[in-house]
Parts: sequence; C-alpha cells; structure tokens
Amino acid sequence: MRDRDGRPPPAGDGNAPALSVAHLSKRFGDRIAFDDVSFEVAHGEVFGFLGPNGAGKTTMVRTLGTLLAPSAGAASVGGIPLTPDNGVEIRRRIAIMPESPGLYLRLTVAENLECFAGLYEVPDPDDRIGRALRAVNLVDRAHDACGTLSKGLRQRVALARALLNDPEVLFLDEPTAGLDPVATRDVHELIAALSRSGVTIFLTTHRLEEAERLCDRVAILNTILRIIGRPAQLREQLFAKTLTVRTLVALPEPGEVFAGLPAVDGWRQDGPATYVLVVSEQAVAAPAATRALVAAGAEVLSIGHQQHSLEDVYLRLIDQDNEAGQR
Amino acid sequence: MRVSRRRVRAILHKELREYRHNGFIIWTMAIFPLIFLIQPLVVVFALPASASAELSHEHLLLYMLGIPAIVPAAVAAYAVVGERQQGTLEPVLTTPVRRQEFLLGKALAALVPSVTVAYAVYAVFLVCVGLFARPAVASSLLRAPDLLAQLLFTPLVAGWSIWVGIAISARASDFRVAQQLGILASLPTAVVAALLAFDVLHPTLGVALGLAAALLAGNGLGWRVTAAAFDRERLITRTN
Repeated sequence: MRDRDGRPPPAGDGNAPALSVAHLSKRFGDRIAFDDVSFEVAHGEVFGFLGPNGAGKTTMVRTLGTLLAPSAGAASVGGIPLTPDNGVEIRRRIAIMPESPGLYLRLTVAENLECFAGLYEVPDPDDRIGRALRAVNLVDRAHDACGTLSKGLRQRVALARALLNDPEVLFLDEPTAGLDPVATRDVHELIAALSRSGVTIFLTTHRLEEAERLCDRVAILNTILRIIGRPAQLREQLFAKTLTVRTLVALPEPGEVFAGLPAVDGWRQDGPATYVLVVSEQAVAAPAATRALVAAGAEVLSIGHQQHSLEDVYLRLIDQDNEAGQR
Repeated sequence: MRVSRRRVRAILHKELREYRHNGFIIWTMAIFPLIFLIQPLVVVFALPASASAELSHEHLLLYMLGIPAIVPAAVAAYAVVGERQQGTLEPVLTTPVRRQEFLLGKALAALVPSVTVAYAVYAVFLVCVGLFARPAVASSLLRAPDLLAQLLFTPLVAGWSIWVGIAISARASDFRVAQQLGILASLPTAVVAALLAFDVLHPTLGVALGLAAALLAGNGLGWRVTAAAFDRERLITRTN
C-alpha cells in the first residue's frame, strides 16, 4: 500500500527513530570498515557523519542502504529492521545520493529521471519528475544530455533523482564535493528545505563548516564512533571555556590580577602580553577580569572569548587517534 | 518473489535508449550480422545450378544462427560491467529493484535488438537468394522446415548467449575482457549451428526437439543462476 503521493506507509509505531544503529560492525576480511557503532537519528533530523578518508562513512551509508550486509550488530531504517529480507522495503523508503553522481551520460536529464521513476514505481512520474527538477532548478535543462552538464549540474541531477520517491530518509554522501560556492549554497538551501518538510537527512561530509551550519547533531567516525552530539555540545565537551586578555605591555604580577577572580578557574601566559583565563562562566568572569585589570593599571587592548569550531573538535579527536596509533 | 514489470520495463527502456547513443553497441550489432550475411551470399551467388543436388543435403540457412549466438553475447557482456565501469551501478542498486528484475531488463534489452537484427538479416538473405541466385539453387536453399527452425531457434539461441554474456559481465572487472569471453563462450553454439548447416550433424526432428529442450532449460536456468551469482556487495566494493 502507498499513500496518494506513492510514499509507502510509515513502518513501526511512529515513535521509532528514523535510523537506529546498535553495535553495528562491517569487516571486509581482516579489514575493519567500522566497528561497534551505535546511534539513533530522529525523524526530520539532519545528522552529520564526519570522519577522515577511510573512516567508514561511505561503508556505513551503503550498509544502511542495504547495499552491504553488516558483519555484526543490528539496525533499523525508517522503522524497518535491516535484514536481507527487508532490502526492497527499506530501499522504497530511502534514497541515496552517492559521492559520484553516477548518471547515464548519453541520456538526457529527463531520461535519467524517467528510468529511476520507473525503478521506484512512482505514480504519475511526469509530475514527480517535474517537481524534482523544479526543486533543483533544472527544468530548463531537462532535455540536455547529462554528459554535456558541468559537475555542479550533474550533482543537482543526482539530487533530483534522490527526491523522486519522496524518501523518508535521504542519505547524502559528500553532496557538495567539488562544487563551486554558488552551487554549494544551492545544495545547502535544498537540504534545509527538505529538513523543514520533515525528511530525515544523513549527511556525510568533509566540510566541517557545512556540518556545523546544517546539522542538528553530528557524529565523528574513525572506524569507531568517537563522539556524537550537537556541535555546541561537542565544543563544550572537548574544550574548556577561555577568555583571552591582551595588554599593551606585560603585566608585572599577573598572578595577583587573575587569582581569586569569580568564575576564573586558572590562567596561563600565552605570549609576551597575552593571557588565557580558564573560566566557568564567561559572563561573570569577563567583567571581573576587566575591573581587576583596570584596578591594576593595565592598558587593556582586548578581552575576548575563544570560539572553537567543529573543525577544532574534529582535528583534536583525529589527532588523538593518530597519536594513539603511533604509540 | 513478485517480479515488477514496471521496474523491468524501466531497465529495458533505459538500455534501449543507451544503445541508440552507443556507437560501440551499434557497430557490434552491425558487423557480425554483415559477416554472416555477406559470406554465404557470396558463396550462394557463385554456385552453379548443378550444385542444387548437393545443397539439398545442407541447411545453409541454419549457419546464420551464428548471429543470435554471437551478437547478443557481445552486447550482454556490457550489461553489468559496463554499468560498473561508468559508475552507474550503485545508484541503480540503491533503488528497490531486485537483482532478478535488473537482470531480466538487461536480458530483454539485449534480446529485442539481437533477434530483430537476426530476423532482418534472414529476410535480406531470403530476398537476395530469391532474386539473384539461380532458381534451382534458391529452391534448394529455401525450405519451410529450415525457415521454421530458424525462426524458432533464433530467440532460444539468443537467450542462452545472453545469460552466458551477463553471467560473465557480472564477474568481470573489464568490459573488453567480458566481451571477448562472452563471444568465446557463445562459439560452441555457433559451431553446433554450423555443423547442422553443413550436415555434419544431421538435423532430424529429434535433434531439433532435443536442442530446443536443452536451450529452453538453459534459458530458465540461466536467469536463476545468473541472479544467484549477482553479488551486490562484490559489485559495489569492487573486491574481485
């Protein structure tokens, strides 16, 4: 049974997560692609999956997309258990946009989409193809051979193809790899629009600013799952809150200035006239530090808090892994 | 297992559209039939009327069963490894298409043009012989049982070659290797057709029925065996 739009009815009790992964592992002989990975993704969530090359991200997408069989563990996709018997049912509810668009270059954009509309058995394929083309702003290129399109346009055709079956879960594997800034922005806007319409998006990317901007939560994979959470949460988890104080000349007795200030847990000198204060509450520590500096007669150039990016989180974790690997 | 006709049709239409734009496939479909057409025509036109007695023991028309033996094998060799090499296999396999549906669509796409080309070449041969060969030679060549055998055996032989070609394509890592192996594997069928044509194997009704049964069984088994050997994981991860 399908609804009026040809979308299969929701599976499970409706409260089940869109993706549920429990202790999932995939090995190719002796090589471990990913090991003992567990996480859940809620309906309508944009979930970022980050990691270095070879971390197992694409293998995870392929496994959840029923292209590869897991070696161990369990998972459900769209509320349906990931078993060999459920492959067709799961693939009806999802769409995967691989890193390489994989278009039939001799065929036109419309012919490519007609083929996939048939494979998804979508009702009223012409209408659905028209909607998908409008979503990616490609209506005027419908009759162009895909081989004549630029890389960015091919990527948009692949996105249109992934929208044909109105997927519950959309897997995007590096959707903006190699795109120029305008095309990247278009893809970002489309992802945001899809998320607003309730589609669950599983996004693997190397572009950390992209993940930070688009994703509700991110996970960092490096064969094992290193960390998972909201980007802000991960920053707090990995990095202490700090204030950076810069003065015109070095303070003669910085210990006397910074010791005992409210919400300041410690300090260190980070240059001739630069001091980093480890704080528990920036809103309390900053005014107190300012008052103490003025009282000490210091000529203050700036007081600011250091904003760690998701990139800092990522690099710290991967560096830790590399160091552990060298030991 | 329910086979979705719509998904099979989607693969079939896509393949036929691709063939239209693929010069390599078009050349493959043109060159072999031309060889199988021109060579016997040259022989037939050179025959004197006195050769008709000798021809009555031969079944030259059956020699042309080499077309449905070789052409579809060469085309089918492209089916899986071709998609894999151009990076289009993974997106297709992420859809709900079952491997049986995928392979059936591929097989039909190789069958339809191959059988059409074979029948067209037979028609051209018959017209040329009827118009230009000596009447005694023409009447010795154009016999109803041979024509019937030709019509019935063409799709059976083509079907068998296609399954062999697709099975090779699903295991090969390079299209050209798959095509060479596919043509090589279809040669025994072409050789049997030639032996029958030149009366080395005497084509009786029993032989015809036996061969038809074997080919029918081969076609049924071919689909199942090829589907069973179609390993998504190996094809996607390219671990040969």
